[in-house]
Amino acid sequence: MHFLKRLAMLVPLLLVISTLAFALVRVAPGGPFDRERQPASPEIERAMKAKYHLDEPAWRQYLRFLGDLAHGDLGPSLKYRNHTVNDIIAQALPVSMTLGALAFCFALGVGIPVGFIAAARRGKWQDHAGNLFAVLTVCIPGLVVAPLLILLFALHWRLLPVALWCSPAHAILPTVALGLFFSGKIARLMREGMLNTMQAEFITAARAKGLGENSVLLKHAFRLAVLPVVSYSGPMLADLLTGSFVIENIFQIPGLGMFFVNSTLNRDYTMTVGLTLLYAALLILLNLLVDLAYVLLDPRVKYE
Amino acid sequence: MNFPTRAHYRSQKSEIRGQPARANRQFHFFCPLPSVLCPLIFVFCFLTSGCFRHEPAADLVIINGAEPESLDPAIVTGVPEMRITKALFDGLTKLDARTARPVPALADRWEISPDRRVYTFHLRINAVWSTGEPITTADVVWSWLRALDPATASDYAGQLFYIQGAEDYYNRKIKDPAQVGIHALDAHSMRVELNQPLAFFLDLCACPVLAVVPRQAIEKYGDRWLTSHPLPTSGAFQLGAWRINDKVRLIRNPRYWDTAQTASEIIDVLPVGSPNTALNLYETGVADIVWDKDLVPAELLDVLVKRPDFHGFDYLGTYFFRFNVTRPPFNDPRVRRAFALATDRSRLIKKLVTSGEKPAFHFVPDGVANYNPPDGLSFDSEQGRKLLAEAGFPDGRGFPRQQYAFPAAAGGAAKMQGKIAVELQQMWRDALGVDIELRQIERKIFYGAQSRLDYDISGSSWIGDYNDANTFLDLFTSASGNNRTGWKNARYDDLIHQANMQTDLKQRAKLFRQAENILVAEEMPIVPLYFFEGFNYFDPKKIQGIHQNILDEHPLQYIRRVSPKSEIRNPKQAHNPKSEANNTSEAFRISSFGIPSGFGFPTLTHALP
Repeated sequence: MHFLKRLAMLVPLLLVISTLAFALVRVAPGGPFDRERQPASPEIERAMKAKYHLDEPAWRQYLRFLGDLAHGDLGPSLKYRNHTVNDIIAQALPVSMTLGALAFCFALGVGIPVGFIAAARRGKWQDHAGNLFAVLTVCIPGLVVAPLLILLFALHWRLLPVALWCSPAHAILPTVALGLFFSGKIARLMREGMLNTMQAEFITAARAKGLGENSVLLKHAFRLAVLPVVSYSGPMLADLLTGSFVIENIFQIPGLGMFFVNSTLNRDYTMTVGLTLLYAALLILLNLLVDLAYVLLDPRVKYE
Repeated sequence: MNFPTRAHYRSQKSEIRGQPARANRQFHFFCPLPSVLCPLIFVFCFLTSGCFRHEPAADLVIINGAEPESLDPAIVTGVPEMRITKALFDGLTKLDARTARPVPALADRWEISPDRRVYTFHLRINAVWSTGEPITTADVVWSWLRALDPATASDYAGQLFYIQGAEDYYNRKIKDPAQVGIHALDAHSMRVELNQPLAFFLDLCACPVLAVVPRQAIEKYGDRWLTSHPLPTSGAFQLGAWRINDKVRLIRNPRYWDTAQTASEIIDVLPVGSPNTALNLYETGVADIVWDKDLVPAELLDVLVKRPDFHGFDYLGTYFFRFNVTRPPFNDPRVRRAFALATDRSRLIKKLVTSGEKPAFHFVPDGVANYNPPDGLSFDSEQGRKLLAEAGFPDGRGFPRQQYAFPAAAGGAAKMQGKIAVELQQMWRDALGVDIELRQIERKIFYGAQSRLDYDISGSSWIGDYNDANTFLDLFTSASGNNRTGWKNARYDDLIHQANMQTDLKQRAKLFRQAENILVAEEMPIVPLYFFEGFNYFDPKKIQGIHQNILDEHPLQYIRRVSPKSEIRNPKQAHNPKSEANNTSEAFRISSFGIPSGFGFPTLTHALP
């Protein structure tokens, strides 16, 4: 019931977000057709605005926008005038989602074991190595990691392609470059979670029952210790699935991340609003999934 | 850290049961979120994302600049887009690959009336759409009227306003298209009537906005016609694929009237936004040609220009700055001239623009057809100081607070604008004793502010649309939307108008020269700084058919690969003295760690055989 209610809340929430986005892009100075070269006559500029109804009063534009939105139509892009925002999302989102899902798996696959082992061997070299890994990956941005990876794997050793998106091999470097930052964060969350959990009474109880250390750590502690990671996974997945500007730019990947940044710079109103809506919807849905995961993982949490 | 209680913070209804021992209830080792969701997302994404797409390899891979905004000839405004649309849609004329002068395309011949106002074009009998239907004058007339339809919202519709009645038709003052001076005489002849004897009308006929586009597809699919199948094209290529930010694939049009000259079956045009990525793709042999100045990493420019596969050429563009002449102190021509005299272009170029640009003292670049520009004001800071004193600011005393505005740019050659601003500030402080503040403005806001005359001095550039002085000088007529200085001069307007009414090219050039002299020696609403230098990189041993010309015009049709596509270039080759020509003694090995623009640490290995 609780989840159904939250699903129902999705619609008004998205409506509020879209209204805000719609208003904010129009408040920003400069418009989609402000360029270095103006058309030869003001009539031409007027015609261009009229074509996209930008000459109408804001409330009319808003009603038109809502009407189209009700049909799932986000409108034509004002920058890429042969495409609609729907077209662009349909082409770019799967690419960003593939890369994001790969990076997500990489982040969890690396971050969880590193954090787990660091906590299990607290104070030993594994712990220090794990901490160093986490600090380094969190501190060094993708902007630096990606070119370094290209320099080594693509240009120096010539093992992997430098850029583009045409085969699975092309996905490896961007996945690592994108996932590394998150793996460090997850390693830290996982370690913290483990350390906290291991101080809990039920762990003492489990040890008192005579369970082996592995069993205590893996079966009892892990399950609660992973909860912070699960909480973080939701927003992280939303972040990853909608693409990364930096990584997509460096590897020339046809994903959505570039559109997120460029649409605002280009004052591509329809695109900015459409992408904001998409991101918001993903974020809300994934947070909902996170809460579902809580129910499965933490026996103390129960929704009516 | 406390136990994670995020979920029950959110919901009052959650319930905590303090039963830790329940933990040995059977559970999944991996948290269910990724283990359930990821495989599903994966399968979906891999199927749709094109990561496993199998396509035949292209004969030629070109890195062309950013993702095309459009491929509709009536809508495109940028050079990268125009290159692709010209390969897809022919006009009555096209520009020659060597000289960039107009040569016959869909029209194989034409007659011009003695007063140069009436053009009669004759279309080729063998011109057909890629889908097989003949291209007739009805298609041309429809295409031109479409560009003149406000509903098409064409940026460049103004290029058709030279045709009689065209502007009135655009403004809906004329409803009947028959009153516009575009008339089909029969299926293969048409007459075009102009407002004035236009020296560059054949050049205009090669512009994308006057290209011939398929009525069938456009009427059926509207704004999305370019993604329809089959898409009839009138040019040397068909559109094989257009995937956003991925590639535009061009496939030879076997029905093109000149298809025998088409050198490649498949050309892939890659949109690349980052200069370092472009260079990396080129260096690893993925791309054959890179042609966009903004795709040369600015930090490496001075090294790259020395390489034999980097080709610079004079380009039809000028970098300059505008004065806002509507308010003091720049409403006084003496002040404007003082600033122009105090601007040392040679120093600017020597220090900043290292890739062969030439200092500009006049606005129309050297090498424009049928024109010889005036000299302009050269550097003379003494004279500048004197003029400024005359205007009431001896040694810059009492000069009001003024700002130099320039647009913020992310990377590539565009980043130069900030450096130029700093240098100018220093020059004016040294020579005139005035302190100009710098103001960097976000791109869109900058152009808006420039149009509204909300600036004092602003950095600007202009790229010519066609090879004629008019594309530059027309800018500063009173009515021009691109004037953006507030400067209005009746004598200048009159000279430009008279020049364009001339049928004698010599007389026309003379009038233009007089007009330009007002612009760059007397009134100075603008100060030219340097003429652009264009850039492309390709290995001339492998790629032929690219000729450097002032319009940066390189029809894709004629570009050919002469040797089979090599595998990834072997970096060791560069260090093998046998494989390297003696005259290229430097083995360029660059590691760039200067990354203000951020992207890529290219290691360049000079690896030409």
